[in-house]
Amino acid sequence: MLLSGSGKGQPGAVPGWVGYALLPVLNLLAAFVLSGLVILVIGENPVDVLSLLLSEALGYPEAIGYTLYYTTDYIFTGLAVAIAFHCGLFNIGGEGQAYLGGLGAGLVALALTGWPWPVVAVLAVVASALFGAAWAFIPAWLQAKRGSHIVITTIMFNFIAASIMTWLLVDVLIRPGSQSPETREFDPGVWLPSMDRALGWFGITIPASPLNLSFLWALACCLLFHVFLRRTRWGYELRTVGRNERAAVYAGISPSRNIIVAMLISGALAGFVGVNEILGVQHRVILNFTGGVGFVGIAVALMGRNHPVGIILAALLFGVLAQGGGQLSFEYPTINRELVMVIQGLVILFAGAMENLFKPQVEALFRRRGTAAADAAADAATGGRG
Amino acid sequence: MEDALLLALQLLGATIRVATPLVLAAFAGMYCERAGVVDIGLEGKMLAGAFFSAAVASATLNPWLGLLAGIAAGVALALVHGFACITHNGNQVVSGMAINILVAGLAPTLAYAWFQQGGQTPLLPNQARIPAVELPGVEALSGVPVLGPVYRELLNGNNVLIWVTLVLVIATHWVLYRTRFGLRLRAVGENPAAVDTAGLSVAKLRYQALLVTGVLTGMAGSYLSTGHGAGFVRDMTAGKGYLALAALIFGKWRPGPTLFACLLFAFTDAVQVRLQGVVLPGIGVIPVQFIQMLPYVLTVLLLAGFVGKAIAPKASGIPYVKER
Repeated sequence: MLLSGSGKGQPGAVPGWVGYALLPVLNLLAAFVLSGLVILVIGENPVDVLSLLLSEALGYPEAIGYTLYYTTDYIFTGLAVAIAFHCGLFNIGGEGQAYLGGLGAGLVALALTGWPWPVVAVLAVVASALFGAAWAFIPAWLQAKRGSHIVITTIMFNFIAASIMTWLLVDVLIRPGSQSPETREFDPGVWLPSMDRALGWFGITIPASPLNLSFLWALACCLLFHVFLRRTRWGYELRTVGRNERAAVYAGISPSRNIIVAMLISGALAGFVGVNEILGVQHRVILNFTGGVGFVGIAVALMGRNHPVGIILAALLFGVLAQGGGQLSFEYPTINRELVMVIQGLVILFAGAMENLFKPQVEALFRRRGTAAADAAADAATGGRG
Repeated sequence: MEDALLLALQLLGATIRVATPLVLAAFAGMYCERAGVVDIGLEGKMLAGAFFSAAVASATLNPWLGLLAGIAAGVALALVHGFACITHNGNQVVSGMAINILVAGLAPTLAYAWFQQGGQTPLLPNQARIPAVELPGVEALSGVPVLGPVYRELLNGNNVLIWVTLVLVIATHWVLYRTRFGLRLRAVGENPAAVDTAGLSVAKLRYQALLVTGVLTGMAGSYLSTGHGAGFVRDMTAGKGYLALAALIFGKWRPGPTLFACLLFAFTDAVQVRLQGVVLPGIGVIPVQFIQMLPYVLTVLLLAGFVGKAIAPKASGIPYVKER
């Protein structure tokens, strides 16, 4: 009797969209307000800067192509971080895994000169997945079998990957007779077609941009991600381990096996960045082509609440920031492209680390409103006598 | 013999100069991690310290104001970390990551807007840099074998902050193991519920630890830009914050071993500079990159339990929520 459902005076339920829509938007707003303050400090008008950023990212077809090209990278790394999160793991190593993935894709493209591009593309996807997964495997195995903390080991593996890649590009894979540490350019026949070229086959003309077919693969990965997690036994096991490791053990699910599976998938997804960057855009293996995509992936996964649809939206947001922010320096001599990192950092801080900042107040607000509504309903049901 | 001694002393001197910011940052991490707050944001705090000390030193031509500004920047970011992780029980790794990315963008952005020199501060004149300590009697001792060169090459002419760091290392050992504050700090990192039961505030202790972290990372940054270097340059810390984190783990979160790890990592760096392109008998040329990755490989091996065992403070990384 005392605890009878939504009786009078019971706190009302907080609607679900508060958690996955309202709070992230509030956090995002807070991050943007602080970013605006930084722009004020360097002496520019935040509103002008923001509107220029948006028009340079979305205002004309070529800009949209560039934005979606950045989005492709962020979808891959966002999914990579998210699948690890679903298993209760924090993969900071996306950067190194993407770097190695690029090596895999690059080696395939270098070896298969003269082959038709669809074959090369498929093999490069496989190779980048294998290389990325292999780089994630060691930290995963150490976490699963030896209890080494995966956050620390993946950080260390980012540095080890950077050293190995520098060595390979400076001493081993360098184009003979060249001074700059990069491989030779791939044969144009094996390049992954850019979107303008691919659409040209169907008679559609769009302006040239780095956007290439790997964008479609990124969208496909979102679908596969969802099916794997929600519609297969393996996905269920993986999420169970992430939710409650002890319960998983009682249910006969092996945590260590799932930790390794989650990290292998995570590494493979991060590795696909190499397909976009190396096979689709750079057409050679170069130094530091990842440029922080692994870290942005953390922000994307957090903002997107580890859900594919959220990840696509968040990746688009960061794509807009990357493209629009990069163009700002042409208009504003005081602004450099590092401003994008300021905004990224603030978004991670507010959407990730301080995600509970507004939660108590907002939830209390909805509970009060819910209580008032429940009271009204109760009053109506009892004919106004209660 | 003289030459070998001189070479060894120069290597050791370089080791000490490289190790100083590592030691400061690693000990900064020691305070907060022993109190149960993981901080992968050492890198960002150091970079902020480096930028703000160089900016203030360049504007006022006073290195001590610069040092204060660097410390203030480190402390401010440490408080942001605390606000996210202690007050709001946020994810400590995410918060540290956010601070690193934020500062990596903020420092060059502000430098670019304020100094218009492509994201760096102007070159600092000597009076705006933290000075070195010239010891007396270098001339008098120079004739003495061994002792003379040691005194001249190794002890004389070190930056003030190097000596301060030495004092701080000893002080940290004493604070952690010989004072009430240190005992409580270690307790709150192992079993915060017990500390809470004893009537102490877990949040307050953790904030205190983070304050120390902020001060030490600020000093580390200040050393880089106004002591060792002469001005802030883009990405000045270049991963030293992460290297310090590795040293802290390699040193198993204890002062003595952590100091040793910092010196070891710095020594590999000093050797690497000298080994570039040198053909070793029987081995050939060792690629620089292999020596550069050595600290990270060693740390992974240690974490894997193949060389000793690193056991983190038990409650580190877990927000403390009072039972109700």
